[in-house]
Amino acid sequence: MAMIKLKKGYDLKLKGGIANDTIFDAPVPTHCAIVPDDFTGIIPRMEKKEGEQVKAGEALYHDKTEERIKVTSPVSGTVKAIVRGERRKIEQIVVECDNNDDHKKFDLSSPIDALLDSGLWAMLRQRPYDVVPSPCTSPRDIFVTCFDSAPLAPNLNLVLGEDAAYIEKGVDVLSKLTTGSVYLGCKAGEALQASGAETIEFKGPHPAGNAGIQAGNVKPVNKGEVIWTTDVVTVARIGKLFTTGTVDFNTVVAVTGEQVESPCYLKTVMGAPVKPLLEGRIVDNGKQNRIISGNVLTGCQVKEDEFLRAPYRHITVIPELQKQDEFMGWASLSPKKFSVYRNFPGWLLGMNRKEMNVDARINGGEHAIVMSSEYDRMLPMDIYVEFLIKAIIAFDIDKMEQLGIYEVAPEDFALCEFADTSKLELQRIVREGLDKLKKEMS
Amino acid sequence: MKALRKLLDKWKPAFHEGGKLAKLQSVYEGFETFLFTPNTTSKSGSHIHDNNDMKRTMSTVIVALIPCLLFAMYNTGLQHYIAIGQPYTGWLTMFIFGLLALLPVIVVSYVVGLGIEFISAQIHHKEIQEGFLVTGILIPLIVPINTPLWMTAVATAFAVIFAKEVFGGTGMNIFNVALITRAFLFFSYPAEMSGDDAFVKLDSAFGFGAGTVADGFSGATPLGQIATNVGPNLDGLNLDTWHAFLGTIPGSPGETSMIAILLGAALLLITGIASWRVMTSVFAGGIVMGFIANAFATHTYPASMLDPFAQLCYGGFAFAAVFMATDPVTGARTHIGQYIYGFLIGVIAILIRVYNDGYPEGAMLAVLLMNAFAPLIDHCVVNANIKRRMRRLKTNG
Repeated sequence: MAMIKLKKGYDLKLKGGIANDTIFDAPVPTHCAIVPDDFTGIIPRMEKKEGEQVKAGEALYHDKTEERIKVTSPVSGTVKAIVRGERRKIEQIVVECDNNDDHKKFDLSSPIDALLDSGLWAMLRQRPYDVVPSPCTSPRDIFVTCFDSAPLAPNLNLVLGEDAAYIEKGVDVLSKLTTGSVYLGCKAGEALQASGAETIEFKGPHPAGNAGIQAGNVKPVNKGEVIWTTDVVTVARIGKLFTTGTVDFNTVVAVTGEQVESPCYLKTVMGAPVKPLLEGRIVDNGKQNRIISGNVLTGCQVKEDEFLRAPYRHITVIPELQKQDEFMGWASLSPKKFSVYRNFPGWLLGMNRKEMNVDARINGGEHAIVMSSEYDRMLPMDIYVEFLIKAIIAFDIDKMEQLGIYEVAPEDFALCEFADTSKLELQRIVREGLDKLKKEMS
Repeated sequence: MKALRKLLDKWKPAFHEGGKLAKLQSVYEGFETFLFTPNTTSKSGSHIHDNNDMKRTMSTVIVALIPCLLFAMYNTGLQHYIAIGQPYTGWLTMFIFGLLALLPVIVVSYVVGLGIEFISAQIHHKEIQEGFLVTGILIPLIVPINTPLWMTAVATAFAVIFAKEVFGGTGMNIFNVALITRAFLFFSYPAEMSGDDAFVKLDSAFGFGAGTVADGFSGATPLGQIATNVGPNLDGLNLDTWHAFLGTIPGSPGETSMIAILLGAALLLITGIASWRVMTSVFAGGIVMGFIANAFATHTYPASMLDPFAQLCYGGFAFAAVFMATDPVTGARTHIGQYIYGFLIGVIAILIRVYNDGYPEGAMLAVLLMNAFAPLIDHCVVNANIKRRMRRLKTNG
């Protein structure tokens, strides 16, 4: 078993972490939703109409170009609404639960078909481009991240619970889909073992838990190669599918953040509504809240009447503004202000080691890149971030390839975006760059 | 604060499109963001952002420059009173004299520079950039005190327009703006910029500190004296490295005191705003070149007889190392590149100082020269990364 030490990155300590590991049951959801934006690379073509019955694990829609890739309903019930936005883009598909727990049975004779039909395929991602992989290509390797290192992130071992027993089976299924290896990227000291997988321990700050960072430090993606990335919870679901023949979208969600009164773990289902999960748990201090499905760095902002987003097992609630119209905030001597630079007195008072207050303010105007090697110390990969970002902005394909565009996903740049003095929207720049590149190369 | 906020809100429509003062929109927005942190929240990507922004970064550098600025005021007074034969005047009087002498330069530098920045921001409909805040304080510190104000104004305007705005403003310039100001003055008005009379203010400041220059006084800087030294050693010059370290010697206002510069350096390094890689490698380069020059000391090049560590205390070397070379925009941006960039600045600065008869000091030219080479250094470093990636591809394929 190998151990890889990562020096770059940063562990942001935020208020609102979970103090004890008890998992509570959340109220049974009345309806659930799937947001197609969560499945990057899939253009939805509906299989179900409004009002039709659907079983848990039955397809709601498939991909326009690769019809075998399906996104399935997490619960059994009736398709209540297909919400469309601008240019009739499908924004979310709401399923009213009938609480019958009616699961679709899958034929397990062909692993690929079972994965595609169950909707678990759509939970995998491939590099390059960070999209749902095509069933026509076989990956060089599969990287499974077994821990979440993001701020306030849930302990995936708790999320897994008893389902950890299915990891072995999941790995077994995945290892048949690749000619290379299945790598389990574990937190140092919490190594998981599975026959057929290679376990690698990672020691270091966030983003050490990102599958892309792990792949980059084990065996980087080269041009022309494809790897798959996923997390251990999905692997356990795959294992469960191939053991029981049904797909289980139940999940444990960490409810965290400064605005949450008593942060805790809740047992619910993927795509569950946010409101019942937060009911009675929000601090009422007059501040406007920002509800994030996911962590503060990569998550999606959701409204109170919206739903858990598929890739995340995490809700964070932070104040939108700590202070309205702050007077000369740039000159502030407040010890509560945090910076990865040491030019706020909080550093001197040791506050950087304590949990900090945050809000959604950008704290400055957008500028050209001024500070040097600021991004480099936040990304533990052999990549010159600033030069790559500039190549993406200029859309210089040759330079992007040379500088490692195939190795990255937007989430890898989240910490750079946080620390950026120039306040550039790095994740958006990278996502748009990847989308454009994919279009150009296909 | 609420009253101020209300006032700003009341004025807001006038400064926006269709308003009477729409031409001053960028000025209004500049002041608004200066006074109140914008309430803009994140729309995409990361939901939280670091508190450090460009304003904070720039003001950290300005705070780091305060020791130099205060000492510059004191030393300008000190040199003046030595020149008029009253070296025992009280330090407060000296400081006030220096304040009065430097203030006009600071005002001219800011008014001209920020004026151009505001106009440019308005033309391009962009937010006003904070970059000049630092440049504006650097200029008075590196321009000889006797430079006529109009020259400073012309040089500042030239530097801001041709070294910065034409390249796209803050973050886009190739050469350090403050050094371009200095270089413009140096090459356009050589008579006023060098010689014995440039660095010590002899006449009064607004009528304060009037007096006649003492007989036999020379305002030559130590490096100026060394450059014109004849003889087998420097003993005749009465050089005192301790004075140079303290800064009580003639020179450009901000660059004489090693102590003040080191205080600034400490702040820049502790906060992490300046690159320690650049800063330390400039000093390393200077020391290495100093030792080489000293090992082959010859009276043809009198500065080569100077002790390598004393080299660092004289002239603009330390100031350039701490405040000029570390400018992230014009310097190398990769870690390895920063070592090379800094080291070469140190070497070239001492090289010019010692072996070029024309210029007694070379720190400014060394930084400007390396500014031009910084992109090339980075290119080579990044290319090594690209080659690594290509090799990986070949061995795999």
